[in-house]
Amino acid sequence: MSVTQPVLSVRDLRVEFVTRRGVLKAIDGISFDIGKGEVLGVVGESGAGKSVTGSAVIGLIDPPGRIAGGEILLSGMRIDNLPPEEMRKIRGKRIGMIFQDPLTSLNPLYRVSEQLVETIRTHTNLAAGAARKRAIDLLAEVGIPAPDRRIDSYPHEFSGGMRQRVVIALALCAEPELIIADEPTTALDVSVQAQIISLLKRLGREHGTAIMLVTHDMGVIAETADRVAVMYAGRIAEIGPVRDVVKNPLHPYAKGLMGAIPSLENDTDRLVQIPGSMPRLSAIPPGCPFNPRCPFVFDRCRIERPEPVQHSQHRVACHLYDQSPVRSEAVA
Amino acid sequence: MTERPYVEVNDLRRVFDVSKPWLNRVLEGGERQFLKAVDGVTFDIKKGETFALVGESGSGKSTVARMVVGLLPPTTGEVIIDGVSMSSRAASGDRQRLRRRIQMIFQDPYASLNPRWQVDRIVAEPIRAFRLIEGERDIAARVAELLTFVGLHPADGKKYPHEFSGGQRQRIAIARALASNAEFIVCDEPTSALDVSVQAQILNLMRDLQDRLGLTYLFISHNLAVVRHMASRIGVMYLGRIVEISDGRELFSHPKHPYTRMLLDAVPDVGMTGRQRIPVSGEIPNPINPPSGCTFNPRCPLANQRCVAEIPALFGGVACHAVHEGRANAHAA
Repeated sequence: MSVTQPVLSVRDLRVEFVTRRGVLKAIDGISFDIGKGEVLGVVGESGAGKSVTGSAVIGLIDPPGRIAGGEILLSGMRIDNLPPEEMRKIRGKRIGMIFQDPLTSLNPLYRVSEQLVETIRTHTNLAAGAARKRAIDLLAEVGIPAPDRRIDSYPHEFSGGMRQRVVIALALCAEPELIIADEPTTALDVSVQAQIISLLKRLGREHGTAIMLVTHDMGVIAETADRVAVMYAGRIAEIGPVRDVVKNPLHPYAKGLMGAIPSLENDTDRLVQIPGSMPRLSAIPPGCPFNPRCPFVFDRCRIERPEPVQHSQHRVACHLYDQSPVRSEAVA
Repeated sequence: MTERPYVEVNDLRRVFDVSKPWLNRVLEGGERQFLKAVDGVTFDIKKGETFALVGESGSGKSTVARMVVGLLPPTTGEVIIDGVSMSSRAASGDRQRLRRRIQMIFQDPYASLNPRWQVDRIVAEPIRAFRLIEGERDIAARVAELLTFVGLHPADGKKYPHEFSGGQRQRIAIARALASNAEFIVCDEPTSALDVSVQAQILNLMRDLQDRLGLTYLFISHNLAVVRHMASRIGVMYLGRIVEISDGRELFSHPKHPYTRMLLDAVPDVGMTGRQRIPVSGEIPNPINPPSGCTFNPRCPLANQRCVAEIPALFGGVACHAVHEGRANAHAA
């Protein structure tokens, strides 16, 4: 077993939803790795498939959705084809989850202490007293003041930011190798968001936890992630080190996305505007899915799907950077 | 003598009664409780200008917006638009004429458009309500013109709101706001529900319309970068009060109030400039029982005895004892 084995490895993953109007491809062949202690940001607009990717990894795709192909490996072990019972043991223990709305991820009828102790005892063999002590330690670690008193409060007695800290503590209960954080700061105010971001960063660093951070907010990614994957219409348009992608995006969609964000530093009269909007899953254009909105579109983009190619530090799926010869079916 | 501002907001206050029901108070012995959502807000907007109110949840910015358009009566204080007071003391005819010139764009374009109406009817509603144009053919022509104006197709008028994406719906909401020849548009988080690339389209559209029609905007947002992009002057709100009011550029290059500084430091650094920042701490306190004196004092690095005892007045664009006493400069350097 090599030292560099990634914590999470996703290979050519495809997720489909079978509906009356046909099969919708929500995820269409994406591949990425997350290493130990690494934060991978997954960014994209609504409908890009970023949350579905997270759900696929933790095995929570509900019918009519299904994983239609590819592999998901957790520290080298294949988990996408595990029976539900086996997957349940991994979920919460080896993969922790943080969702957008802390109010819906906590049970309003149980004290925080009960929820934490239950989770700890499900996944470890600690006795009740030790589990409670560990729960208090966890609350202290995520920055809840006076945790020994606050632990017996109900979720509604916490503010939004504090509630999200409780959810993070809950995700940490079993010291997971991987945490999937799906829009963890979207429901929070900016000053609280900054605190949660620095908390996530610290946890990844101190525990060596791999984090998959799903968000639509490029700012959060720029602050938190080591690498970033930009998703568009169920595919990864560009993936690379966060500094490179933010400062020097290659894919025309990534370029547009960066230019569309108003800046605190620079004055611009007009923001970069990408015409149109993300295609519906039922009407993804052939070839490159971005071609109808792309300012650099040429014939090949309308016919042939671009495969990811290595370009300096990035991997980018765009014919502009593809030096390989045009495939025969594209010429025809 | 300077020109009179187009919109004047004078010492606006709004108190909500958040007491438990009468019976509970009698049985459980509770007191009446009041929430001061807006506590003495004063600002003015020049014609053709964009003024923004920025703040976190619970700061009272949306309540101000609702009072300015007249959706919510102020507890005390006054809103004067183009010289006409919006309070009931003014002649009702004047207010009626003024109403038509004020419109609002809401945050959620899924909730602000009637799902059972075709877009034509939605956009034509203000025209019919104010009897601006007589005759169906002329109304239809005006609606088609408005739809083209906001970047939609006249044929889109025959569709229903559910057939449009979020950004297109916000365009419909803008077309409706323009239908009554509005001059002053209050925008309450107009792009918060939209994706960034769509947000850019809507913000660009709003600026184009302002250039072409000379619109005046009151822009409410929690997003500092959006506010910086849109507004020429900005008021920062915290727990119902304006803590700092200043020219847009100035606010971002030289923030004075400790809360403004904290808020700017909290914004993620998209440009990855690596600027120096102080970590943020604390949260907005419960507005039913706010801290005494300056409401920011429990989170403020510069707070002293005076800040706990005395409410700072807005003076020189800042409501902060530390800034007024010159204690803040050392901190900034």
